[in-house]
Amino acid sequence: MSFSLREGGFYFLTGPSGAGKTSLLKLLYLAQRPSRGLIRLFGEDIVTMPRKRMPGFRRRIGVVFQDFRLVPHLSAFDNIALPLRVAGVEERDLEGPVKEMLGWVGLGHRATARPATLSGGEQQRVAIARAVIARPELLVADEPTGNVDPEMAKRLLHLFDSLNRLGTTVVVATHDLHLISSIARAEMLRLDRGELLDPTGALRHPPRRAES
Amino acid sequence: MKGGVRRFGSADRRLLPEGRLAGPMPWVIAIMMFLTVLAAAAGLGLGGAARSLGADLGNRATVQIVEANPDRREAEARRAVALLENQAGVAKVRRVSDRDMAALLEPWLGSGGLDSDVPVPAMIDVELSQATPPSLESLRAALVQAAPSARLDDNGQWLAPLGRLMNALKWLAIALVLLMIGATAATVVLAARAALDTHRSTIEVLHLMGATDVQVARLFQRRIALDALFGGGVGLAAAALVLFAIGSRVAALGSDLLGSARLPALGWVLLVALPVFGVVLAMLVARGAILRALGRML
Repeated sequence: MSFSLREGGFYFLTGPSGAGKTSLLKLLYLAQRPSRGLIRLFGEDIVTMPRKRMPGFRRRIGVVFQDFRLVPHLSAFDNIALPLRVAGVEERDLEGPVKEMLGWVGLGHRATARPATLSGGEQQRVAIARAVIARPELLVADEPTGNVDPEMAKRLLHLFDSLNRLGTTVVVATHDLHLISSIARAEMLRLDRGELLDPTGALRHPPRRAES
Repeated sequence: MKGGVRRFGSADRRLLPEGRLAGPMPWVIAIMMFLTVLAAAAGLGLGGAARSLGADLGNRATVQIVEANPDRREAEARRAVALLENQAGVAKVRRVSDRDMAALLEPWLGSGGLDSDVPVPAMIDVELSQATPPSLESLRAALVQAAPSARLDDNGQWLAPLGRLMNALKWLAIALVLLMIGATAATVVLAARAALDTHRSTIEVLHLMGATDVQVARLFQRRIALDALFGGGVGLAAAALVLFAIGSRVAALGSDLLGSARLPALGWVLLVALPVFGVVLAMLVARGAILRALGRML
């Protein structure tokens, strides 16, 4: 398959289970490198990129994992603060943004709770807050609203929408048709048996800076 | 937000959940350090004893005048002293006084002093020149001519095997220290790999968020350094207790030979430096092992 994503675009990636959505997302957020083919991200070929340059690229990407992948020994606050700490933000500078983000996802009162004591929906919200806290240039979310109620799903999608309006390219893999229909300007990529279909014409956009 | 490679702050030290003394590694390092300090102390003590033996006795000889008749014994002793004082290569000659002889023989003959009925040889201590030592054979021949009852004992001759044994033991101790250092390094590598496996999912998350290998390695390095510091401290303290106990037993024996194997002040400094060296070694080995393992990850 061959496609490009427009910088600042909002994309839904859909398709039946086992179609390869998660594999495609892993290539996007640099969890895997392809054995062949070409992937350009932020204007650079990431297939041949030296390994030591990967951390700088990964800091520009926010990821919501399907299985959340929260650090089990850290509180909700510390999990959300992790990308900022990795990037070297001082402790005094991260408390405000992390608390604000906790409030955004409705977990202001669970700041000290560890993942094991959070419900599935709460864990998912922490994972989303962690993915967006550093204002990434590319946000990749794998079934980000699968465990939350419709009201919270709407609220989280609004968060993605706000980020997108600020310039973040958003790619969300989902089965949720309500979710897809709630962002009017979003474009849809449908993956089926290794083939990428293009129901909304999203693939016709020429590649710009943020591309894959 | 700042870019570049940063250290994790104190808050992120919690990323590795287990307490610093949760695993067996600190105790393994403590045992290793205990044995290393004992081996190093043995090496230092034996090295000092070998040097002391060489310096104190190796260049000395003893002349005995074994003559039952006190008058002839005295006359031969005087002639022997006179001859020795004029020999090239002899630095100092000292006739052992009756009082010193009585003190030497007191453990066997009691404190009643030398009985004139007991024929005790006259003894002469001879200090040989270290720069130009004489031929002991020619000295022996000259002595026998001047004093037919004289016997010349070369202290170095009977001390040499002891000195060689002490040197061999010293090198054995050094080899043991090196083996212990190697075993400690191997233990640290295994512990580092085990820690990486235990925390693989956390490391993957950190990597995907843009953490560099050096950032991740620092988390493990710090913890392993703390383990090594604890183990080193415990091992050193236990070894010091054993060394003090052995020292007091040796002192109670009153043996000059065993007493010469005491540790010099610099030796103690070296022993205390061993745990510090252990911590640095553990950090470097752990860092190398972790960075190599992380390098194989995506």
